[in-house]
Amino acid sequence: MKTKTHFAFFDEGSKKEIRRATLKAVAIPGYQVPFASREMPIARGWGTGGLQLTLSLIGKNDVLKVIDQGADESVNAVSIKKLVQHTTGVPLTESTTDATIIQSRHRIPELPLKSDQILVLQVPNPEPLRKVDAREYMTKRMHAEDDYSGAWLILFEQIMRYGKMTTGAAHPVYVNGRYVMAPSPIPRFDNPKMHQSEALILLGAGREKKIYAVPPYTNVESLGFEDYPFTVESFEGEQCHLCGATEVFLDELIDPDSCERTYQCNDTSHCIERLNSKEAEEVEKSYA
Amino acid sequence: MGYVAVKGGTKAIEASIERLKYERLKGEEVLEIKTILATMRSLVDQVMSEASLYAPFLAALAIKQAGGSMEEAVFLMRAHRSTLPRHYYSLPVDTESMFVERRVSASFKDIPGGQLLGATNDYTHRLLDFELIEENTDANHQWLRDYEAKLAANMAQEQEIQYFPKVVDYLRAEGLFDYYPEDNDPPKDVTKESIQFPTTRSERLQVLTRGQTGAVTALGYASLRGYGQVHPTIGEVRVGNVPIHVQHPYENNNDEENAFYIGEIKITEVESFVPVHVKKDNKEELEFEIGYGISYGQNETKAIAMSILDQCLENPHGEFPTHDEEFVLLHIDSVEATGFISHLKLPHYVTFQSKLDSIRQVKKGAETGEN
Amino acid sequence: MHETPILRVRNLEKQFGQGCPDCKDKESRSLEKNYCSACGTVYAVRDVSFDLFPGEVLGIVGESGSGKSTMLQGLYFDAEITGGEVYIDHPAVLDKNVLELSSQQKRYIRNYLYGMVYQNPVHGLKMKFSSVGNIAEKMIAAGGRNVSSIEARSKTLLEKVHIPLRRMKEEPRNFSGGMQQRVQIAKALSNNPPILFLDEVTTGLDLSVQASVLDLIKQIQRDLHISMIVVSHDLAVIRMLADRSIVMLNGTIIEKGLTDQILEDPQHEYTQQLVYSLL
Repeated sequence: MKTKTHFAFFDEGSKKEIRRATLKAVAIPGYQVPFASREMPIARGWGTGGLQLTLSLIGKNDVLKVIDQGADESVNAVSIKKLVQHTTGVPLTESTTDATIIQSRHRIPELPLKSDQILVLQVPNPEPLRKVDAREYMTKRMHAEDDYSGAWLILFEQIMRYGKMTTGAAHPVYVNGRYVMAPSPIPRFDNPKMHQSEALILLGAGREKKIYAVPPYTNVESLGFEDYPFTVESFEGEQCHLCGATEVFLDELIDPDSCERTYQCNDTSHCIERLNSKEAEEVEKSYA
Repeated sequence: MGYVAVKGGTKAIEASIERLKYERLKGEEVLEIKTILATMRSLVDQVMSEASLYAPFLAALAIKQAGGSMEEAVFLMRAHRSTLPRHYYSLPVDTESMFVERRVSASFKDIPGGQLLGATNDYTHRLLDFELIEENTDANHQWLRDYEAKLAANMAQEQEIQYFPKVVDYLRAEGLFDYYPEDNDPPKDVTKESIQFPTTRSERLQVLTRGQTGAVTALGYASLRGYGQVHPTIGEVRVGNVPIHVQHPYENNNDEENAFYIGEIKITEVESFVPVHVKKDNKEELEFEIGYGISYGQNETKAIAMSILDQCLENPHGEFPTHDEEFVLLHIDSVEATGFISHLKLPHYVTFQSKLDSIRQVKKGAETGEN
Repeated sequence: MHETPILRVRNLEKQFGQGCPDCKDKESRSLEKNYCSACGTVYAVRDVSFDLFPGEVLGIVGESGSGKSTMLQGLYFDAEITGGEVYIDHPAVLDKNVLELSSQQKRYIRNYLYGMVYQNPVHGLKMKFSSVGNIAEKMIAAGGRNVSSIEARSKTLLEKVHIPLRRMKEEPRNFSGGMQQRVQIAKALSNNPPILFLDEVTTGLDLSVQASVLDLIKQIQRDLHISMIVVSHDLAVIRMLADRSIVMLNGTIIEKGLTDQILEDPQHEYTQQLVYSLL
């Protein structure tokens, strides 16, 4: 009764089907392509959309990096990596530079991605208009008719009420000037990284059964008003207490003893690489 | 200050999985698959139904592996199913050819073919049977021999296998139901193509029959109680085995005689009668329509609730969510619902930090008197 | 009036039902009012044609079921129209039958060229959004991306319709019927539409509130020279607002002309009844 799993878990028919949806997504930037999302060995809502994309794309020569909320060693990232490696045997890496496929939940790495890399983002809620209307039938029409006044109105109401746009992660973006897209819940800090990205960005929502894409060198513009422009999270005056980085997305930590607030790179591999190169520099200096 | 928020995931997972195994084994008892198959009939049926994979042995294995967790067992089965290529669709099953074990109608006392109570909990008194604590195989064996002898005595009189006509045919003959041509178009397979709204009935029935038993029951109940417009009478509930046939994949012979028999499955089928208003030749009339429910195994409550929801979705009604196909179909799947609820346990540090930033900015704005 | 009409409506038809051999032919059919007793099809709007000229207020009066509101919903694309042609004198849609445009183009017309005030504010307002947000919606839909100017314009309009600015961030569901109606009017006016539709806007309001809403419409018309179509079952409303009027019965136009003329000398029997009941 024992069975051996196929390379990259899926049968080839399933992979082709997912790749067809992916190609369509690339052809229509920002448009949510429905696909017959498979049940995966990990739970719906835990990255099955991203995982299906990764498994449909991965070949024996690929090098995979998986991050969850910025961290390579987060339990769910580890769990996903284990599954992919178990069914493919591809090498894993924590280095952003070395990876050919990077699957990520809620972050885009700090290091700019290159044209030979693919970023796969896990998406819980792909529909940026869900708050405008709960019904898929209606939101689909709005996209078709280029009717995004609802999305803008929500932002306008926030400004009226609070004096600012109060979106957290998943601030909606215009892709290629046409479709409004939920950039998966990446922090606003990462939205600008999508604009004119050298790497292909694929977004997969397993439970909601949608695939969409930002092809390389595509315009991605966060929604914002002329006089109330889009702004990213501010870490003004703060830096990573480990590597000293500024201009990166920082995690806020509370020291359990002193109750002091410190900041630290959210992108753990970026932080470690900075620490390593610093160390190398120091070693070199002391030699000289 | 060497504290790093997220590290050691690999080790943590390994330890957790080990611990899980320990929890399953520490009682030092081995539950045999055959024991589950022999004694946990309803559980096996429910897992197969929600997993939408008819495989009693695998369902029993899933139950064992999941330590009895329903959602986990269904999940295991679904994940297994998606590794299997789908080669064939069976021919439509005619449930009149069912080998009926149980069949009741709430509509008529005297249905053609008669009522057949069969095995049901319906009329047991729900008192804990403490004698089961001391159950022993010898006594069970003796009971079985006696029972079989009794059956054999009855069997001597009735030799013919009896097929039961559908109750609805009886009403059709009276003109209370419309005749519809059989729709034997291949169904839109919801596992191969995600559903788009508005849906076809074949898509709705597939999603409903795969639905989580509790969710389907709760929504059917809500509709029946008042948050809906469907008030059915059960025309017929039948439980039994039906044969499954497939056609030869290459021979272009549509003769059903040449179809291959590949086995039989046990199902529960429900046809509910729902009165509806129809306008015919400009006259208002009351007619019956059928709410259809079907489920793998014996799963009567779910099948009945499904028949209510089927009719609800056939007749959209803005006021009630039970009549809204997006509301019903997108929220009753066990794997989707449990997956998304449980994903809240994943870290949300980044998204939370982002929201925190927004709130702080608003507060800062308010303090400095902006706006 | 030798100007070009801003809105030309030709042979508008709206039916509910499939029709049958008894009623399909326009010439030979015999209907009970607007209803085919053989198949139950309702001919709600039948062969309605008229022009609306720049800056004029056209009244459409008739009893409930006369087809006047159905026609207005059709013009505003809220409901499909069965047949006929509608032309708007605007460079974007010149010489195009707007009923045949794509839904995206129709939305353009609704956002830029039309304003609508419904009898029931629920249809025209988002009750859970602020009043200022409601007015902003239409400006945003028409491409407005500057919060300050949207807010300023909203304030001007709210003042125009006499809503105190301190209440602009409140949701209209907290407002009285008359206030909701005034917010709706402000919203409909937000993009300076050349054409404004008003559907039974004072029905259901208290008499004193009715008077203030009618005053407001009159004043807006004087200030902005918007062309308006005012639909009402109430001849008094029509008398107060409309320069020219159309009387509809069972889906067809039975009389049209200057409002004063119709009131002085009604020709059709039904119009006569209507006018006498006013006195």
